[in-house]
Parts: sequence; structure tokens; C-alpha cells
Amino acid sequence: MSASDGVAARAVDVWKSYGSGDAAVTALAGVSVDLEKSRFTAIMGPSGSGKSTLMHCLAGLDDVTSGEVWVGGTKVTGLKDRGLTELRRDKVGFIFQQFNLLPTLTAEENITLPLAIGGKKIDKAWFDVVVDTVGLRDRLTHRPTQLSGGQQQRVACARALVSRPDVVFADEPTGNLDSQSGAEVLGFLQRSAREFGQTIVMVTHDANAASYADRVIFLKDGHIVRELLSPSADEVLDTMKHLDSVVAVPHV
Amino acid sequence: MFKATIKSLLSRKLRLVLSALAVVLGVMFVSGSFVLTDTLQRSFTDLFSSAFANVDVSVTPKAEKGKQPEPLAPQTIADVKAVPGVASAVGDVQGSARPIGKNGKVITTSGSPRFGFNWTGTGDEKIRDGKAPVADNEVVIGGFLATTGGFKVGDDIALLTLEPKKTFKVAGIYEYAGGRDSLGGELSVAFTEPVAQQLLLGKKDVYSGVTVKAAQGTSDDALRDAVAAKLGSGYDVKTGATLAKEQADQINEGLKFFNYVLLGFAGIALFVGIFIILNTFSIIVAQRTRELALLRSMGASRGQVIGSVVLEALVIGLIASIVGLAAGVGIGALLAKIFSSVGGTSLQLAGIGVPMSAVISSFAVGMIVTVVAAVMPALRASRIAPVAAMREAATPDRPLTKITITGALVAAAGGTALAFGFNQASLPLIFGGILVAFVGVALLTPILSKPMVSLIGRLLSWSMPGLLGRRNSARNPRRTAITAAALMVGISLITGVSVVLTSATKSIEKLASGQLQTDLIISGEGQMEGQPATFGRDVLTKVEKTDGVKSAFGWSQDGVLQGEDQLFAVAVTDVSALKEMFALKPKSGDIKPLRDDQVGLPEDLATEKNWTVGSTITLQLAKGEPRTYTVAFVWSKSQVLQGAMVLPESSSKDFRSDQIGQAFAQVTPGANVADVQKRVEPLFADNPEITVQDRSGFVKQTTSQFDTVLLMIQILLALAILIAVLGVINTLALSVIERTRELGLLRAIGMRRAQVMRMITVESVVISVFGAVLGLAVGLALGVATVQALKDQGISELGLPWATMAQYLVVAAFVGVVAAILPAIRAARLNVLDAIAYE
Repeated sequence: MSASDGVAARAVDVWKSYGSGDAAVTALAGVSVDLEKSRFTAIMGPSGSGKSTLMHCLAGLDDVTSGEVWVGGTKVTGLKDRGLTELRRDKVGFIFQQFNLLPTLTAEENITLPLAIGGKKIDKAWFDVVVDTVGLRDRLTHRPTQLSGGQQQRVACARALVSRPDVVFADEPTGNLDSQSGAEVLGFLQRSAREFGQTIVMVTHDANAASYADRVIFLKDGHIVRELLSPSADEVLDTMKHLDSVVAVPHV
Repeated sequence: MFKATIKSLLSRKLRLVLSALAVVLGVMFVSGSFVLTDTLQRSFTDLFSSAFANVDVSVTPKAEKGKQPEPLAPQTIADVKAVPGVASAVGDVQGSARPIGKNGKVITTSGSPRFGFNWTGTGDEKIRDGKAPVADNEVVIGGFLATTGGFKVGDDIALLTLEPKKTFKVAGIYEYAGGRDSLGGELSVAFTEPVAQQLLLGKKDVYSGVTVKAAQGTSDDALRDAVAAKLGSGYDVKTGATLAKEQADQINEGLKFFNYVLLGFAGIALFVGIFIILNTFSIIVAQRTRELALLRSMGASRGQVIGSVVLEALVIGLIASIVGLAAGVGIGALLAKIFSSVGGTSLQLAGIGVPMSAVISSFAVGMIVTVVAAVMPALRASRIAPVAAMREAATPDRPLTKITITGALVAAAGGTALAFGFNQASLPLIFGGILVAFVGVALLTPILSKPMVSLIGRLLSWSMPGLLGRRNSARNPRRTAITAAALMVGISLITGVSVVLTSATKSIEKLASGQLQTDLIISGEGQMEGQPATFGRDVLTKVEKTDGVKSAFGWSQDGVLQGEDQLFAVAVTDVSALKEMFALKPKSGDIKPLRDDQVGLPEDLATEKNWTVGSTITLQLAKGEPRTYTVAFVWSKSQVLQGAMVLPESSSKDFRSDQIGQAFAQVTPGANVADVQKRVEPLFADNPEITVQDRSGFVKQTTSQFDTVLLMIQILLALAILIAVLGVINTLALSVIERTRELGLLRAIGMRRAQVMRMITVESVVISVFGAVLGLAVGLALGVATVQALKDQGISELGLPWATMAQYLVVAAFVGVVAAILPAIRAARLNVLDAIAYE
């Protein structure tokens, strides 16, 4: 089985548990999900629901206990460190909560870092498009310490996009930002999906952030329990509130 | 607070081990030196007390100042015998005797004496095989000589004494109490008394001393006093115990010096250790800024914060001192074992002990060094406002102005002290100046590190990991600088010594090609005991008559006493030949053959003593009455024969040895030097200690000892460099911990493990090469300054050891690669998810 056309990443009956015996904790209990290409998907859930674990497994940052993970046409499950590294370098982009820029590099060098590591040529036209979209044209020569939090996170966004990955994974990208900067980043992610056809998967517990997404998946106790398409912030909030009363049944 | 400190210490085991290791190595060197010299001292004391166990009282002729003692007449023995309380008095004959091995080469020892004596049958020696010598051509030899040279009873053995090679029959082999082959690795041989007197003392019927045994009921001291009273002045009368102590003291004096040398190098290692510990504590404190700020915000005082860091240093220092002391005892014992067995010295080792000096110095040095290095970072940590520290973990770059100005001042002070030191020839000032200059340069390194690291880094950063590594090394100039400065110390010392030795070699080469107009140089190997090997005047005459030799001259050499001053003199066979071959130019007077009461002087000696042509000088030679000479000529400053006065040939009769010590020959124009050398060499067949060399061979032989010196210094400085390498590892390891999140990010966005390792390696190589470049520059400056200062002492040329310096640079780069291995593996193995989440 391969990820068929139209699917950028796929999880098939993914189980993930930590520890063993009595101390074992199950983070994911048979999650299956298809993440469509060119869509902005948000994964929501209370803390401990397994949303970050799901993202880590999808991105090849963590291995699964059983089940299969696919990104693009590549089966992630079973890849060794070298394969995983190349997957992350070539097919996946990351945006972290804590910006995670290299302090020794300029904004421009940070953006092109994944390409430089892989020894790839920079697509100058695409680079310009990305830089202009995130509005960093006049900040390219600055070091991270000379940038505001919002600007730093926009550098991180540009870095994730510049290599045209199959999927961009964003882990609470607005968690450390004020609402104004957060809105800018979210707006940018939304535009990337709509205008450039970039697949984006975002983990968040912020209903407002999730409302920017085309599709919101709700996780609870390691199961997918609900799903909304293009919801408003209120709908998301409402769903979250009632998540407690939802009995966790495997979503098929 | 105490509990918090200990908890925090234990949670950082790796850092603890790394920073303690530098102290452990330094302390190990210090205590090892003490243990080694202490063990050797006690071993030598044991050796001499057993060597003199059989001597109750010994009588030797007293030497007048500057004179060689006259041997004793048989009457003296008779006089001693007549003293009441004497059980026996036996005349001793002793002198230098060097055995020739079966391969025709003289058998050497590594410092133990080679001597011959008269077989009396009353000494400590007991015949093990064969019989005592009876005939004039018979000898008995020590067990150690028998094993070393492979001699058996009935074999022939050739010996060099005051006379050239003579062959004897081995009549027997003797041993000492307990079946020992020797007392301390000495090679000894015993002749019949008349032969011993002729060969060892050069005269019939004389003795070098009397061994007296006390009768029952007479104490050694009482016997000594009775004998001394009977003989009157003119004799040294000592008990065996005193003699043993005197000889042991003499050796121990040498060992003390040896100990100082070792401690000097230990000091350098510890000096480097201070840099490492200072750096480690700086980094640890920087990383603990948040923790310390939390303590501060909870009400801990500044003093408590400082106390906590200093306490941490004390604990590390204490543990490191204990481990270092233990390791030092092990190393000292091991070295003593090696020392006692090397070259067949077979010194009977006394038990390994731990002298108090080793314990005290270990703890003092270990604790003081650690605490001194920790106080500065502690002070800095205590100054950070708690809120600022908790908000931002990373401390911002502090400006380098203050440290740079301080560094320039300290370096200038060190340079001045050094200049004064050279000027006054004061070693403490020179060494102190060098150390202070090192501190100054170390303080200047942060400002230098910016341009230099970027320059060195550019050569290595052709790829992204390389670029990142280079940027990382430029990230914290202080940290990079101190790490590099530690490496600088060792490399600059080696470079400095290397510059001096290269210059010395070049000067000798220049001398040989310029001023030395001789084609062949005939000289004896310098012996450990007594004077260098000599040869007879008849052989020199044969050299002069050899086909192809145009002219030849030789000299006897000895120390002479002028008033209270010990001067060096050569009695030259042919002053004209000397003048020509050494290219001497007259300053005043004519350089021509001397009459028996004339002397020639070098310019510096004449100036120093205020002597001019016509002055009269009274000299006491080794024998005879003082002689008065008139200055006949003074020659202009020359690199050869420095400080030596030239005496007429006839004066050598009163030298300790009348034989020729060194000779020089010129070949006739057109003759092939190598051919003439081949014809001259056979003349010395009976003098295997004499070598005939052409000029380049002589230069090579003279300069080859420099290589040995350089090698020794390199070995002794290796520890300082090893500690510096530990410093590089330490800095990298701590940086890797500090940058865990960055490493996680790099791995998350697709950096391969190999690339991570390359990044760390580049950083390491940049730091090491930076340290090496600094070291080469400082070493070059030190070396050139020393050569300038020694200009008048014969180092006239400046030679720069480019090849050696290039080697050090390559070694430094290699060291960088090696130092990076462990931190790089650690960085590459980081779990990506954990690393990103790392606080």
C-alpha cells in the first residue's frame, strides 16, 4: 500500500506506547488518518491526548509501536536513522513552538539552512516569494537576537517552506507569540496552503488558531474522536468543551 | 546551601570528571616527582652505606686548593698500623679503568662508575669463580662486568687506563654479599697491586688511600681521632659512615636538581591546568546562572553564592588531589623501577615510600589551583541580578575592552621582567617574566580570536557543517581564547627551545665552515667520570707524519686556579698551527709560539681581568708549585676557544693528565679528506674512545645532543599539552550540552549524524590551530629574545625551525580532530525529540 494521490501523509492503525508492563502508557491507540495534499489540517486535543505524539510519529521524529506511517510516497515506518534524516530534510518541514533558530546564522542563512545541509541549489524565485510572503525582505541580514518573536517565527515558517516539502508540521507555532504576531503567522500558514498548495499539519490547543485550518481533527486518549471542516473559532471551542463527555470510540 | 551545592555537583558528574582530570594530571606529576626522587635518594643512601660497610676509617691525602692530591707513600700505611686500636690497615689503589667489550667498543654505563683497584682480598668482594690475580697479566672482574660483557674465567679482556689498551686474562670473577653482581651497576676490575699502581696512579709503590679496621673495643670515632692525631694535617681521615653520607649527599644534591626540573615541568602543567579549570568553571557557572539566580531570589546572599561555587571547587580539588596523589605514587614507583633497570644500572631499589613533601604539595597545589581558578567565575556569577538571570539563560557578550587593556599591561610587565631577567642573567626573573607574559597574552587572546578564528575557520568551512562549526568557535571569544591559550603555553615553550637550539646548530655550522680551518677533528668521547678520553703525544706525532696531513696540533686541557678563580686552560703543542686553523687574529701582541713562562689570552678574559700584554699572572696547576706567566698576546673576540687561556706545551706536565685531549689536522691542498681520515683512523686502534671526524661529522656529533635535549623537553611538555587537549575536549563537551536544543533542531531539519560530527570537528580544529598559531608566534618571540640575549655566549646566528613549526601546526590540527571525537559522538547520538525539548 502506498499513499495514494491526494494524500500527503497517512497513518494506518498507529499505536504508540511508552514504557512496559504496568508502567506502560499508551499515547496512541490505533489512529488512522489521511492528511490530504494542499490542505491546512489542525490536530487538537487536551494535553495528554496524544496530539504531539501523532505529529512526531508522522514526521519521523519518533517511531511507532505498531501500524504504518507514510509521507508522500515514502513508508516512514521501518526507516533507519539515515533514511529518517533524509526524509526530514527533503520531504518534511518543521515549525516549533520555540522558534529554534540558529543564533550564529543570519535570517537568510537560517531560511536556507535545510537546503545548505542537503547541498541543494536555492530556487531563487521561490525564495523571493516565500520571503516576501512572510514580509522579511528587510530583515534578511539580521541575526535571530535582533528579531522580535513574531519575526523569528516567520523566519522559521519561511525555513519550513523554502524546500517545498511534502508536509509542513507546525507544533504549537503561536504558543510563544502575542495574538497579533500569532495571527500573522497563522494567516501566513493559511495562505501557504491556499495559494501555494502547501500541505500543513498543525498541532495546537488554541481554538482560535485551529479556526484558520481547513480541517480540524480532535484527539482524546490516543483516539481520534471528532473532526470538523472549516470551523469557526466558536465551533472549535464548543467541540473542545464537549470533548470531555465524548466517549472515546475508535474513529474508523 | 551546602546541601544544594553537593546535589548540584553530583548532578553534573561528567563536567566534574572533566574539570577534575586536569588537576589530577598536574598533581600526579608533582607527587610523582617527589616519590621518584625520594625513592632514588633512599636507594643511593642504602647503596653507599653498604659500599662502606667494611670501612671503619679511611685515610686519603688532602688536596691543596686547585691541586691534585699526591698519592700516599707506603710509609703512611705503616704509620697507621702503628696507631693503637688499629686491627688492620690496607693500602688502596683506585683509578679509572674502562673495559673494552668483545665487539671492540668501550663498554659504557648509564652513570655508574667504571674503575679498577688493587686486589687485596680484604674487601667486600668475594671470588665466585676462578682465583685471585697473581701474575701481572691477570685480573679479576666484577660479576656485573662479566654478565654485561659476556666474560668468563680464562677469557681475554682489554682495558683502558692511564695507558692505552692493554689486554689481560680473566683469572676470576667476584661478587658482593648476598651474591650481588654489583653494588650499583658499576663496572669494576681488580689488578695485582703493582699493576694497579702503574696503570691507575701512574707511579710505582703509591696508594690512593688506606682502609683501616678498628680493633675490638675501639669505636670508629675514637679510631679516626687517633689516626688523625698520628698523621697530622695533610690527610683526610673519615669514618666509613661519614664517607657513605658524603657520597650519598653528593648524589642526592644532583637528584634534588633533577627534582626541581621535574617540578618545573609539573608547574607548567598545573599552570595550563588553571586555564582549563577556569574555563570549566566559567562555563558551568554560565550554565548554572538560572540555578544560582533562583537561589539568590530565594534569599541566598552574594557571599553564599560565591561560597557555593568555591565549595564546589574545594570538593573537586580535594578529590582530584587524592586521586592525583595516588596516581603520582604509582607513576613515581614505575619510573623508579624503569630508572633502576635501564641500561643495566641494576640499582637496588629501596622500598617505595610516600614522602610528606609529596602529600603536602599534592593537596596544597590541587586545592589552591582549583579554588583560584573558580573564584573569578564565582564573583561574576554573584554580580548578576537575579531577575535578569532568570529571564535570559544566556549571558550577553561582555565588551572586551577591559580585558584587552589588562592583557596588554600584563604582557608588557612580563616582557619587561623578561628583558631584565636576560640582562641580569637572573633565572627567576626570566621564568617569572615568561609566566606573566603568558597570562598577558592569554588575556589578549579574546580580542585576537575574532579575526584569527574567522581567518583559520575560512580555510575549513567549505560546507554548511564547516561554516556552522566556524561560527560556533567564534561565538564565545573568551571561551575559545582560554582554551586556545592553554594549548599556546606548551607549544610556545617547545617552539622557543626549538628556536634556540636551531640557532645554536646554525651558529656551530657557521663556525665550522668559517672560523674552523681544520679538516679533521680528533677528540675523545666525554666520559661520565673524570676527564674526557685522551691519547699519547706519540700518536699525535704519527698523525703529523701521515701522508696527506699538512699540519696538526693538539692540546691537553685542565682547570687552573688563579687566586680564587677556577679558569680553563689548554696547553697547545703548536701555537702557529692553532692560529692558522682557528683563524685567530691578534688584538695585541703577536700570536706566535709561547716560551715556557708565557700565556695567551682571549679578549673577553683579558678585559674581565684587566690583563694586558706584559701582565704577569700566577696560576696554580693541578700539580707542583704555582707558576708565573707573562701575557704574550691577546686575540680578538672569537667564537672558538671562548674563555680558555693558551699555555705552552710544557705546562701540561703539571696538568692532571699530560696526554692529548683534542687534536686538529689540516690536509695538504688537493688531498682527499676522506682518504686522509681513513689513514689517520688506524692510529687510534688502541684508543677506541677516540674518534676522528671530518668537519661535518664533528658538527653533527656536537649538534646531535640538541635533538636529545629537544626530545626530552617535548616529552616533559607533553603533559602540559595533554592537559590542554583535555581542555579542548572539555570546552566542546560543555558546548554540546549548552547547545543541545540547536543540535536537536539541526537534526530535526535533516542534518545527518556525520554532518553534526563534522561541525563539532571543525570547531575543535579551529580552536586547536588558533592555539598553535598563538603558541608558534609567542614561542618565536621568546626564542628570538633568548637568542639575542645569548649573542655573546656563542649563539651568533638566528635559525628558525620552520619545518618543526609546521609539524607542530599539523599536530595541533590532528589534536583538534582527536579532541572532537567524544563530544562529536555525543552530539550525534542526541535523541532529536529530547534535544528539542531541552531547557
